[in-house]
Amino acid sequence: MPPHPSPTATPRSDHSVDSAGGTEASAHGAKKRFLHDAREYVRDTDHRAFLRRALAGYYTTRDGQKARYRDWEHARDAANLAKWNAVNRLDEMLVLFADRFEAGGGKVHWARDAAEARTIILEIIRAAGAKAIIKSKCMTSEEIHLNAALEAEGYGVVESDLGEFIQQLRGEPPFHFVFPCMHVRRGEISKLFEEHLGSAPTESPEELTMIARRYMRRLYVEADVGITGGNFLVAETGQISITENEGNARLTAALPRVHVALVGIEKCVERLDDLAVLLPMLATAGTGQPLTCYNTLYGGPRAAGECDGPREMHVVLLDNGRAAILADPEQRDSLQCIRCGACLNVCPIFKNVGGFTYGTTYQGPIGSVITPHLRGLGDWNHLSQASSLCGACTDACPVRIDIHHHLLHNRRNAVRAVPNRLERIGHRMFAAVAARPRLFAAGGAIFRRSLWLLKKLRLPLLRDWIASRDLPKAPARSFRDQWRHRAAPAVARGRTDADGRPQ
Amino acid sequence: MNARDAILARVREALTVPGPGPHQRAGEMAGHGAAPHSAPLPLGNLPVLALEAARPWLPDGGATPEERLALLADNLGKLKAVFHRVPTIHAAQDLLFSIARERDWKRVAWHAHPLVEPILSGIPCATHRVDGAAAVTADPTTDSSLRKDALEACDAGITGCDALVAQTGSILVSSASCGGRSLSVLPPVHVVVAVPEQIVATLADAFDALRERHGSSFPSMLSFITGPSRTGDIERILVLGAHGPKELFVILVEDL
Repeated sequence: MPPHPSPTATPRSDHSVDSAGGTEASAHGAKKRFLHDAREYVRDTDHRAFLRRALAGYYTTRDGQKARYRDWEHARDAANLAKWNAVNRLDEMLVLFADRFEAGGGKVHWARDAAEARTIILEIIRAAGAKAIIKSKCMTSEEIHLNAALEAEGYGVVESDLGEFIQQLRGEPPFHFVFPCMHVRRGEISKLFEEHLGSAPTESPEELTMIARRYMRRLYVEADVGITGGNFLVAETGQISITENEGNARLTAALPRVHVALVGIEKCVERLDDLAVLLPMLATAGTGQPLTCYNTLYGGPRAAGECDGPREMHVVLLDNGRAAILADPEQRDSLQCIRCGACLNVCPIFKNVGGFTYGTTYQGPIGSVITPHLRGLGDWNHLSQASSLCGACTDACPVRIDIHHHLLHNRRNAVRAVPNRLERIGHRMFAAVAARPRLFAAGGAIFRRSLWLLKKLRLPLLRDWIASRDLPKAPARSFRDQWRHRAAPAVARGRTDADGRPQ
Repeated sequence: MNARDAILARVREALTVPGPGPHQRAGEMAGHGAAPHSAPLPLGNLPVLALEAARPWLPDGGATPEERLALLADNLGKLKAVFHRVPTIHAAQDLLFSIARERDWKRVAWHAHPLVEPILSGIPCATHRVDGAAAVTADPTTDSSLRKDALEACDAGITGCDALVAQTGSILVSSASCGGRSLSVLPPVHVVVAVPEQIVATLADAFDALRERHGSSFPSMLSFITGPSRTGDIERILVLGAHGPKELFVILVEDL
């Protein structure tokens, strides 16, 4: 295997590493970094425009594809039903899947948390006597920081998905969990490849893709272990389903001797037929395709009479906080997520703060919902504020997860957990004033005259809020005063048309 | 307690608290004094299967063979796959040979298949069969990278398929009936040979075809191939041939 350019060890932006992996950012730290990174990113208008341009095509292709559904909204109900059914019978589904998958000759492993999953995978790799490892895109492995763990043990790991490969060379986590390097310009990729692969500079996305293709070919053939994720676990047949566009996951599960799939426990569906609904909807919502280029089902290692394929196949079922989401009936439906990324693509906050600002494995609205559960509500609650509650995410979700209401619930839960005393005093004071009309009028009069002062005074509590907003010009007269001296309404003057409506 | 039991115990414990039913928003369940969902649907006894609910709403797969053929051709075109209808196996042969000459193929890989074998005979280049007796019975020690290298060096892979799906323009291949896992994805060109009877309307029909063909013991890999390999990772610009085939040909032999 050619010497692989070792990516820098610490990713730039995944703030918190899970408990077993090292430094846990303090609650305050994660929020502070979010605010800092958001402020930085928002100023980068060029990059925001670049991001918007990259996503502009998404709406057109997706809507064109949605139009081919005889009824997209009803199809969403059905997709919701398929995932709801599996999530609400998850124990049953997992047992069925595990039994049937093992009947096909594969081995199922169970991992309570990230550390356990890393240990299991390392043991498989050691037992196989492997040297070279190839990976296809797998968000669960980002979640458990698998690459760092493998490299620490001296194994070479190469990400084969083009976007993930670019991110690996850059030493960054994915920017978007479906489009990992959507924030990188082609010029930067050209430089990156020049530096690490010694290729000639080019501005053509096609040539850049071919450089990666050529580089990766040998690695597929020489790798001993292939690691993939999984999009669905089919309980009925004991198969895992992998969705991808590039063909790298298929090669990863075809050429190495050992195939390991790391999959979250929530990925279950009951029947193979459920995929006839979910696969097209995943593709349409995620990228606007009729179906993703390769949707592949694996029931185990190479079977008798087959001419290639791995000798061993392992599925590692990862809990890592998912059971905690399940235990919250209000947010249980967030486990129905099929990680299409549609909620990121349409989110005004994502488009303005960028994927790294979240500091999480799963960015965007769905990430803001599940991360507090996966990593502790206290630390990650600020993410629920990273929403305008416009509901674009909920609207885009193919399995009808009530994303923006969940963010609202997280805000409520956070306030219940740590009441904001200042806010409470403020509300009480307002109630006291609002209940006394004269005091209210007097207060209004003072505020109308002193509104301009607010900006000047830079009061500590309001400073951040006012800094990025223009205060309205105070009207000369109060609403009540204007109401009292309004022109008499048409009805009062008794003029109506033939139908009796006021004119 | 081992990890399996611990996880299952956690899951069971979590599910003792009833949650909202399908299509019921969590927002409707909580807040504004609304009572928690009182009567969850009986689990395991869903009134409607997801697929049955969805069937009328998903993209159309065509009601007649003509409609399905037209839809398939249209979808393959949109996916930038090349679709050819030929009247006979001889015409298919001529077509394949001309593609081979045009692209100056040195070696093509194939597997034993009633459609592939006759088409290949006399092809003006070397051939590499992936599923010879040695390959199928190979023990791990002879399963070296040599064989992978041989396939990697081929200019094209020629395979049959299990079904063609009109609804999505997909080709269903399996490890048992299409020469294993890598033949249809490792070479830079993939040529599929099929007959009109293999065209089904929807993905669900393709699953039915699989059950009919393989019973309950499916091949270890089943793959729906929808167009040539592609990526949009660089600035969301579409590029074909990321890691799998850059070109995908579907040759439909109308009359055997």
